[in-house]
Amino acid sequence: MRAIFGEALTRLGSMNHEVVVLTGDVAKSTGVMGFAKAYPDRFFNIGISEQDIVGIASGLALSGKVPYVVLFAPFLMRAWEQVRSTVARASLNVKMVGTHAGLSASDEGSSHQALEDVAIMRALPNMTVLVPGDRREIAEATEAIAEVNGPVYMRLGRDENVSFLEGDRVFRIGRAVPLSDGHDIAVFSNGAITAEVIRAVEGAKISAKVVHVPSVKPIDRETVVAAARETGRVVCVEEHSVIGGLGSAVAELLSVEYPVPVRRLGVDDAFGESGTNRELLRKHGLLAECISAALAEIIGRGAS
Amino acid sequence: MRAALEVADQQYVTEVHMLRSKIKAIRRSVLEMSAAAESGLHIGASLSCVDIIATLYFMKMRHSPYRPDWKDRDRFILSKGHAAPALYAVLAEAGYFPKEELKTVRALNSRLQGHPDLRTPGVDAPSGSLGQGISIGIGMAIAAKQRGSKSRIYVLIGDGECDEGQIWESLATAANLKLDNLVLIVDRNGWQLDGRTEEIKRKVPLTGKIKSFGWEAYSVNGHDIEKILDVLDLCELAEGPVAIIAHTLKGKGVQFMEDTNEGHKMRLSNEQYMDALKELEEAY
Repeated sequence: MRAIFGEALTRLGSMNHEVVVLTGDVAKSTGVMGFAKAYPDRFFNIGISEQDIVGIASGLALSGKVPYVVLFAPFLMRAWEQVRSTVARASLNVKMVGTHAGLSASDEGSSHQALEDVAIMRALPNMTVLVPGDRREIAEATEAIAEVNGPVYMRLGRDENVSFLEGDRVFRIGRAVPLSDGHDIAVFSNGAITAEVIRAVEGAKISAKVVHVPSVKPIDRETVVAAARETGRVVCVEEHSVIGGLGSAVAELLSVEYPVPVRRLGVDDAFGESGTNRELLRKHGLLAECISAALAEIIGRGAS
Repeated sequence: MRAALEVADQQYVTEVHMLRSKIKAIRRSVLEMSAAAESGLHIGASLSCVDIIATLYFMKMRHSPYRPDWKDRDRFILSKGHAAPALYAVLAEAGYFPKEELKTVRALNSRLQGHPDLRTPGVDAPSGSLGQGISIGIGMAIAAKQRGSKSRIYVLIGDGECDEGQIWESLATAANLKLDNLVLIVDRNGWQLDGRTEEIKRKVPLTGKIKSFGWEAYSVNGHDIEKILDVLDLCELAEGPVAIIAHTLKGKGVQFMEDTNEGHKMRLSNEQYMDALKELEEAY
């Protein structure tokens, strides 16, 4: 993911000369070295000082630049108050990219696993929150966020490299993408986990409408409500806490627009731990076979 | 040549004289706001830095109330955002918005929020949460350099604000980037919300600490506008970021609150307001 993002960022740098990249001693790990080498005068490694970095990005944005703040997602959260008080409050044109989100920092353990970032960023007025997962989608999103004026948080994992979207232009802010038709249940997911959801549904004998929702805020109200209406039952799957993420966003929307049972699959109000990425995803029920079992159980229960 | 210098000298004397009369009007505005705002405001912290802000806007900064978004303007960041009344009074005096609007400070739907906000004409950066102004100034200083602009960035912080870790992150960054278009002014009034700054968390030796981060640093009497001007001139010759430690009195000019925490946040009673106006008349 970070490699795809890094390449897209370098490409963007050649097209948009106002783009400036800021990082905090994680240039190599976040994939921005290509940009640093191509545009050394527009690249700033500020050191391990996330709060300062967000402030500097604010000043750049106030002067017409398009700063990309690229940090590990868990430590970008350290500067959440700066994001709230300055970036979001003044709706500044700062693009924040958090890599190593979810359980993708795996063996580093819970200190390095961001499972609350979508929740806290989503709570901020003016903020756009994106969780792309498909490789082409990540590349397109990296460029698309420079086109909108306002703060954006884009959440990325580490080494996931999946491709599940088709078509010419796969990403648009505020758009969800239906991936399959089905009438038993609607499954909303985002990030690379959508690839697991697709496998889960392919292997199971259920009729599921899978919808990929990379844009958590703004959310695609029409597509989400339509899917709920068609199926009458909803499951959300994400590599995030079940509190405050995509599942919450969908539940908040549907509770008003079309109330149906919503089940949220994710990390169930817990911190992570060390392990391989697959081990952790299995433990938290986020691998295809786990999702498949959960879906069967939910549908079975609904029928009985 | 000699005649030209004499003219310049005389012009300087005139300008300083005019600045003094502006400062008198601005101080009166701050007092009016302090009497008008129902829930009170941070009058002490405003009166300690009002001379500095006025000197910047009327003698030093290149800016225009007719073009608040002029790209090459100099910028001012009030990092100690609770002194917003001082900034608002200066901006109104400079013509960014009508002076009558000042009394709407802190009222619902007012453009003059409790702490600086971009909805106010002339405000260059939002603040209110302490410790963030230098970082924002660094971003602006970098952007100015990238544009090849001569724009200079002035950041005013409080001494109590130096408790924030981000202040020290940003001091290190600015020195590292050798930003010679960035000037920091510390309003060293010796007070913070809960008491004396040195009792809450020791700041001394503040000048030494800032210098040790790679900044040039000077001390000045923050109520002596000619001294402030001299040191601001000096800043333009620096090869990196410069800090000015401006020694000030919290509540300067209002006897009952001068160098106390009485006026941290309060509304002036009618009697206090009249007394303060009388003091102002006597002082100027």
